[in-house]
Amino acid sequence: MQKKEFDLIIIGAGAAGLTAAIYAARRTLTTLVLTKDIGGQANLASHIENYPGYDSTDGFELMDKIKKQAEKFGARFLMQEVKEIKKQDKYFQIITTQSKFTAHAIILAFGLTPRDLGVPGEQELKNKGVSYCINCDGPLFKEKTVVVVGGGNSALDAAEYLSKIATQIYLINRGDSFQGERCLVERIEKMKNIKVFSNSEVSEIEGENKVASVRVKNNQTTQEQELFCDGVFVEVGYVAKTDLVKDLVELNERRQVKINRNCETSCPGVFAAGDVTDIAYKQVVIAAGEGAKAALQAYQYLQQKQGKSVKVDWGI
Amino acid sequence: MPEIKITDQNFEEEVIKSNQPVLVDFWAEWCGPCKVMLPVIEELAKEYEGKPVKIGKMNVDENPQTVGKFGILSIPTFILFKDEKPINQQAGALPKEKLKELIDQIL
Repeated sequence: MQKKEFDLIIIGAGAAGLTAAIYAARRTLTTLVLTKDIGGQANLASHIENYPGYDSTDGFELMDKIKKQAEKFGARFLMQEVKEIKKQDKYFQIITTQSKFTAHAIILAFGLTPRDLGVPGEQELKNKGVSYCINCDGPLFKEKTVVVVGGGNSALDAAEYLSKIATQIYLINRGDSFQGERCLVERIEKMKNIKVFSNSEVSEIEGENKVASVRVKNNQTTQEQELFCDGVFVEVGYVAKTDLVKDLVELNERRQVKINRNCETSCPGVFAAGDVTDIAYKQVVIAAGEGAKAALQAYQYLQQKQGKSVKVDWGI
Repeated sequence: MPEIKITDQNFEEEVIKSNQPVLVDFWAEWCGPCKVMLPVIEELAKEYEGKPVKIGKMNVDENPQTVGKFGILSIPTFILFKDEKPINQQAGALPKEKLKELIDQIL
C-alpha cells in the first residue's frame, strides 16, 4: 500500500522544492514531494549561465540532476496536484486530485505562474496559438506571423528570438516605452520584421480552432484595429497563484507567501521557499538556497515538536 | 515493447490504419517540458505492454507534415487516435496518471 503519512510534504518541484527535498531527506525526514511538474520555471529556460559551477546548462538538465540527487537520498515524488490543505490539531491533511496524505510539516514551493492577459478568446485558444512559453512553442511558428504582448525583458527577448524564426512580429506594449534593458530595446528597434505598437493593448484574441487575429486598441486614441496572426505570445510577467493557502498563511499585497528570514510562514509547521514567497530576486540559485533553509528549519521544528532539543544551525 | 517512433512516413500505417488506439507524444529536442515527458512515455509504453493500445512519439522538427495537419502549436501535445481519427488532444506536460486516465477510458 502507498505510504500516506510523512514527516514533511513539499509542494512544488522547482529549484526550491527539489533542494528542500535533498536537505530534508538527508536529515532522514520521510519526505514526499507533490507536484504538477519537475523543474518549474527553470525548465523553460534554454540556457542557464549563472548557476555556480556550471558554465552553461539547460534548465531541464539542471533540474533533472537535482531531482535525481533528492531521490538518491530517499525523497519520494508524486505527480499530483494539491487541491486542499487542512490544518488539524497536530498535523496537516493534504488532499490531492487522487489521494489524501498526512504531514507533520509542509514546505510551500510552488513558484510563480505566467500571468494571463485576461481578454476574451485567451482561454479558449490556449495551446491553439496562445502560448506562454517561447522556448517551448516559438520554433513551431516558423515563417508565420506572431504577436508578442508585453513591455519588459521577457517580451523583448521573445520578440528577438521570434524575429529569427517568424516572418512578421507585432510587439504590443501597454506603455509608451519599454521597461527592458536598453541594449535589448535598441536591437529590437532595428529589427525590420518587428513592428512595435506602443500605448496599446490586446483587447480580444479571435479564431475558430486556432488563433486567426487579435484586436489591438490604442489607449490614447482609443482606436481599434485587427491584426491577422498565427500565434500570440503572452509575456506580461508572473503571478503567485496562492488561493490554495490563502486561509492558511499570510500573503502580501502581491499574493506571495510572507516569510521571515528562516522561511517560516505565519502558520507554525508551514514553511515556504523560492519564487512563491515575498523574498526579492527570483533566481534559480536563490530559490535553491531558500529551499535548503526551509528544509533545515522544518527539521528543527519537527525535532522540537518531539521534545528533542536540537540546534540545526551550528554557525551561531 | 518500447514506444514506437512515429514519422511522416509511417504515420498512416502505424496510427491511422492501426487496429488499436494510439497515443502519440509530439515533442522536440529544444523543449524542456517535452524532455520531462519522454521518460513518462517510456514508462507508459512498458506498463501498457500486451494491452490493446500503442504508445508512440513524434519529433516535431523532423515531421512537419503531420505536425501541420493536426495544427500543433504547443508542445508537448498528446493526441489519442482511434478508428482513424484523433479523439482526444492535450497540450502541456501532464502527470502520468492523467495520461493513463485518457487511455483507460477507451480500453
